[in-house]
Amino acid sequence: MKQKQTARVISQQEIAPGIYDMWIATDLVDFAKAGQFICVYPKDKSTLLPRPISICEVDVAQKALRIVYRVAGAGTKEFSSYVAGDSIDIMGTIGNGFPVEEGIGKKVLLMGGGIGVPPILELAKQMKQAQVVVGYRDSNLFLKEDLAKYGEVYVACEDGSAGVKGNVMDAIAQECLEADVIYACGPMPMLRAIKKYAEEKGIKAYISLEERMACGVGACLGCVVKTKEIDHHSHVHNARICTDGPVYDAETVEI
Amino acid sequence: MNTQVTLAGVTFKNPVMTASGTFGSGMEYSEFVDLNRLGAVVTKGVANVPWPGNPTPRVAEVYGGMLNAIGLQNPGIDVFMERDIPFLKQYDTKIIVNVCGKTVEDYVDVVERLGDEPAVSMLEINVSCPNVKEGAIAFGQKADALYNITQEIKKHAKQPVIMKLSPNVTDITEMARAAEAAGADALSLINTITGMKIDVHKRKFVIANKTGGMSGPAIKPVAVRMVYQTAQAVKIPIIGMGGIATAEDAIEFLLAGASAISVGAMNFVNPYATMEIEAGIRAYMEQYKIENVTDLIGAVS
Ligand SMILES: Cc1cc2nc3c(=O)[nH]c(=O)nc-3n(C[C@H](O)[C@H](O)[C@H](O)COP(=O)(O)OP(=O)(O)OC[C@H]3O[C@@H](n4cnc5c(N)ncnc54)[C@H](O)[C@@H]3O)c2cc1C
Ligand SMILES: Cc1cc2nc3c(=O)[nH]c(=O)nc-3n(C[C@H](O)[C@H](O)[C@H](O)COP(=O)(O)O)c2cc1C
Ligand code: FES
Repeated sequence: MKQKQTARVISQQEIAPGIYDMWIATDLVDFAKAGQFICVYPKDKSTLLPRPISICEVDVAQKALRIVYRVAGAGTKEFSSYVAGDSIDIMGTIGNGFPVEEGIGKKVLLMGGGIGVPPILELAKQMKQAQVVVGYRDSNLFLKEDLAKYGEVYVACEDGSAGVKGNVMDAIAQECLEADVIYACGPMPMLRAIKKYAEEKGIKAYISLEERMACGVGACLGCVVKTKEIDHHSHVHNARICTDGPVYDAETVEI
Repeated sequence: MNTQVTLAGVTFKNPVMTASGTFGSGMEYSEFVDLNRLGAVVTKGVANVPWPGNPTPRVAEVYGGMLNAIGLQNPGIDVFMERDIPFLKQYDTKIIVNVCGKTVEDYVDVVERLGDEPAVSMLEINVSCPNVKEGAIAFGQKADALYNITQEIKKHAKQPVIMKLSPNVTDITEMARAAEAAGADALSLINTITGMKIDVHKRKFVIANKTGGMSGPAIKPVAVRMVYQTAQAVKIPIIGMGGIATAEDAIEFLLAGASAISVGAMNFVNPYATMEIEAGIRAYMEQYKIENVTDLIGAVS
């Protein structure tokens, strides 16, 4: 179920330089799944389009959704100014989410890179006892403590200030981590590396993709990814990330 | 109060329509919008065969609007007739199918196929998409080419034909007159205005296609002006669009001479926009004691 609504900010804090952590009171939680996202609409009329932001955590009892985002431009800058009690325009919940059931009873590896870490939190919560590998630029290890509640966390840091020096792939190699299934969200080079790694090892990898969006509901055909098979909507090889994704079996997309 | 409008013999329950390419085939927005409340759903452009569209990024935000270079990705007429038409038939709204092509034959092919489908009330011919390299736009930027393709399509079309005009021309009235002279039953305007955006930090074009069509509230004054000029130049009815966000915007187009209006990019910003506009037009009519919405058409001149 998708709905656009004006919700209320419960709390917001800056958890690392330029990284904001916001809880939103909304009944959309009832539909929220790990790996789905919401669209957040700036109030400034010069910035019209929705900003897609992943669901980081779901609290059904409190009817609250958590998002964690980086200030990247005008829209996210505006969101970062919101304080408790402010209204926030959102639409959701959007996308397919991670196929949690594919990991049941298997050895799973959850991988998040940079601002791709947030959706991994709700997934880790669902998976319980997963191995979690997260990559950061520097020593600002946002969400690491939260993740540690639900799994074994391995850190990779590009500047070598914490954990393994390098990226998430370096961390897998150094820590000799193995898995039957990988779930990942992060920058494109990381997702490409994971796709290749999974193919070589003959294991499944589910990756969450990003693309520029205009509608967020599958109508504009702006947000497509090249697919191996013809997509069910346009019968070409371009599937809509907002509706068919954002999570794909890595084998099925050409990235 | 009467909100009905009639264009080329087709009566719509109200003048509110969706702009092609911004509303899919209605399915995606049916979660938000009661399609029964719309005058018509105008579908995404459909060609004779599936088109893959352009590389990504295909969309970008600009001040008060957006750029798009989707490149008319569509499943082709076969899938469209099997899937999208039956879906739309479930609703009490009119269906207008937007048609695209690379050659005159492509257009005629689709137009003929749609002739077998009585549920389709009108055809809107997109000769003004700035985002596909071949065909399409070329037909919409030269008056003689527009005349020829309009005439050819009229020979084969069973439904009334709307020619969708490009704003990327020196004189919109010359194009409008050419379409009218060739037998077009109605006109729709404006399609997007060709634009460009450069990322100064990456020193790269933001849209993979380099250029994209601009739409959204920022283009509205241009669209209102073109609708007005066109209404002064031709007798056939006009569907006006370009940046419509509210009922007041819609009424502005009616006053300028449009017989109906389409909501495009603003669906993305406010999925409920079409319904709010429909209700807002009625509220306006009540406020100013207007009996027939048609009394507003071209009322400012
Ligand atoms: C499915 C999905 C989930 C995402 N989840 C998160 C998240 O949890 N946390 C987070 O910090 N970021 C996330 N992003 C990226 C986030 O959408 C962008 O950082 C944000 O839209 C930037 O908006 P802005 O106005 O601050 O930047 P501007 O650069 O001013 O934005 C201009 C336009 O470009 C679009 N845009 C800019 N960067 C991106 C991008 N990377 N992806 C898609 N559109 C972009 C904006 O939406 C806007 O339309 C996600 C993106 C996608 C597609
Ligand atoms: C994402 C997008 C896709 C579009 N696709 C089509 C199309 O397939 N055929 C067409 O005739 N016009 C297409 N258009 C143009 C719109 O129908 C409309 O003419 C234009 O966007 C101006 O209206 P607006 O400012 O309300 O969006 C598209 C516009 C957008 C934004
Ligand atoms: S954002 Fe419009 S189809 Fe995905």
